[in-house]
Amino acid sequence: MAEYDIPDDRRYSREDEWASFEDDQITVGVTDYAQKQLGDVVFVELPAVGTAVEKGEPFGVIESVKAVSDLYAPVSGQVVEVNTDLVDHPELVNEDCYGDGWMLTIAVDDRSDYDALLDAAAYRRHVDDRKT
Amino acid sequence: MTELRRTPLADAHRRLGARMVPFAGFEMPVQYTSILEEHRAVRERAGLFDVSHMGQIHVAGPGALATTERLVTCPVATLKLGQVRYGLLCNERGGVVDDVTVYRLADDAFFLCVNASNVEKDFAWMREHAGPGARVEDRSARFGLLALQGPRSADVLRAVSSLPPPGLPRFRFVEGEVAGVHVLASRTGYTGSDGFELYVEAARTETLWSALLEAGRPLGLLPAGLGARDTLRLEAALPLYGHELDDDTSPLEAGLDRFVKLAAGGFVGAEALAALATRGIARRLAGFVVEDRSIARAGHTLLHDGVDVGRVTSGAPSPSLGKPIGLGYVPPRLAQPGTALAVAIRDRAVPAVVVETPFVK
Repeated sequence: MAEYDIPDDRRYSREDEWASFEDDQITVGVTDYAQKQLGDVVFVELPAVGTAVEKGEPFGVIESVKAVSDLYAPVSGQVVEVNTDLVDHPELVNEDCYGDGWMLTIAVDDRSDYDALLDAAAYRRHVDDRKT
Repeated sequence: MTELRRTPLADAHRRLGARMVPFAGFEMPVQYTSILEEHRAVRERAGLFDVSHMGQIHVAGPGALATTERLVTCPVATLKLGQVRYGLLCNERGGVVDDVTVYRLADDAFFLCVNASNVEKDFAWMREHAGPGARVEDRSARFGLLALQGPRSADVLRAVSSLPPPGLPRFRFVEGEVAGVHVLASRTGYTGSDGFELYVEAARTETLWSALLEAGRPLGLLPAGLGARDTLRLEAALPLYGHELDDDTSPLEAGLDRFVKLAAGGFVGAEALAALATRGIARRLAGFVVEDRSIARAGHTLLHDGVDVGRVTSGAPSPSLGKPIGLGYVPPRLAQPGTALAVAIRDRAVPAVVVETPFVK
């Protein structure tokens, strides 16, 4: 079974997004587990800057060769930046999901949504629970 | 839920790190490393697929020719020994029971290679419609089937056998030894690239698989899964049963007229198809390219001037073209290349244009 990279420096949602907190802004992407499950990513549809997103609600769509999946906001807030490189290079999600494959940055009022997310150890258990 | 069946290679796939998925009641590899890499390997070099889930139904005996001729839409009497033809099993309404390849093994012996999802249905259908003197036998469990596909396929085969014989044309087959394993090697496939389908005794499938992987590695061969098989066949505009074809869809609507002996008749469904040909079809399968990055998928609505005109039956990104492509049924007047359509993808009408198929030649 493939091993999954789950860095300790950020938090995770049960929908397989990661979130990283810095200066009242939260950067969001999908996890290594998610990108490996999806396979080759060929299209990412992200909201416009200024859009309000709500924790647990879809904010965009990610398409692999085989399937389309919703992307769920791990926190509530307002989109302040999106990764426009993904328009021409959706494969960045496969190549560097925790770095250049980031999706958007959300401005939040407080960090309570972030603190409620899973830490790396808890997310690893969540991934392990779904292994066959 | 019933237990998934396994091909003779299930363990070999797991050792290669394949992602296994349920397909037609079997546990099958959808990809090993990347659908895009496996797709490119087949288009540029070679890929090896396990398609042992597919079925083989034999028809033998003095009545075999008459029975097979009556069952399939393609001509059978003119098939030479060692020749293969694509054809359809139709019901009385002219709908497609299955799409198959017909192999002539001897004057009075044939076998049909059928879709995994339809083996039981086809076998029951064939037995019900068999004439006197024809034994119909489902031999699916006895055989493994490997598809070696791509421009370097013949080189891979030559590395481990004296096959193919020089000049073996498309849609011909021979029997021989590959890496010490007896095979029936057919120059056919479901990718739109050159290649071979190798029928092998189930117990010898893994020996053959390992020998071909090893011999092919220096030539750039990769093991390839069902994901790449689907994008390859879609680029070649080859229909997939359950998507482009079903019991309520006729081969004429699917654009498969050239595989139907309409003039000769004499097969199940011939009257219905002759009547349909006279009356004219109400919908036709069209290939389209999406003029955007969004991907059309099976089930999406096709629009023309904002009006619902049909459904997408298959859609995927085309790795060779770098654009999303798809197949779908529309009124015949809208199936002409150059026609502007749109695909309803989520909340948008995404522009698409009808093109000649195959998408990739």
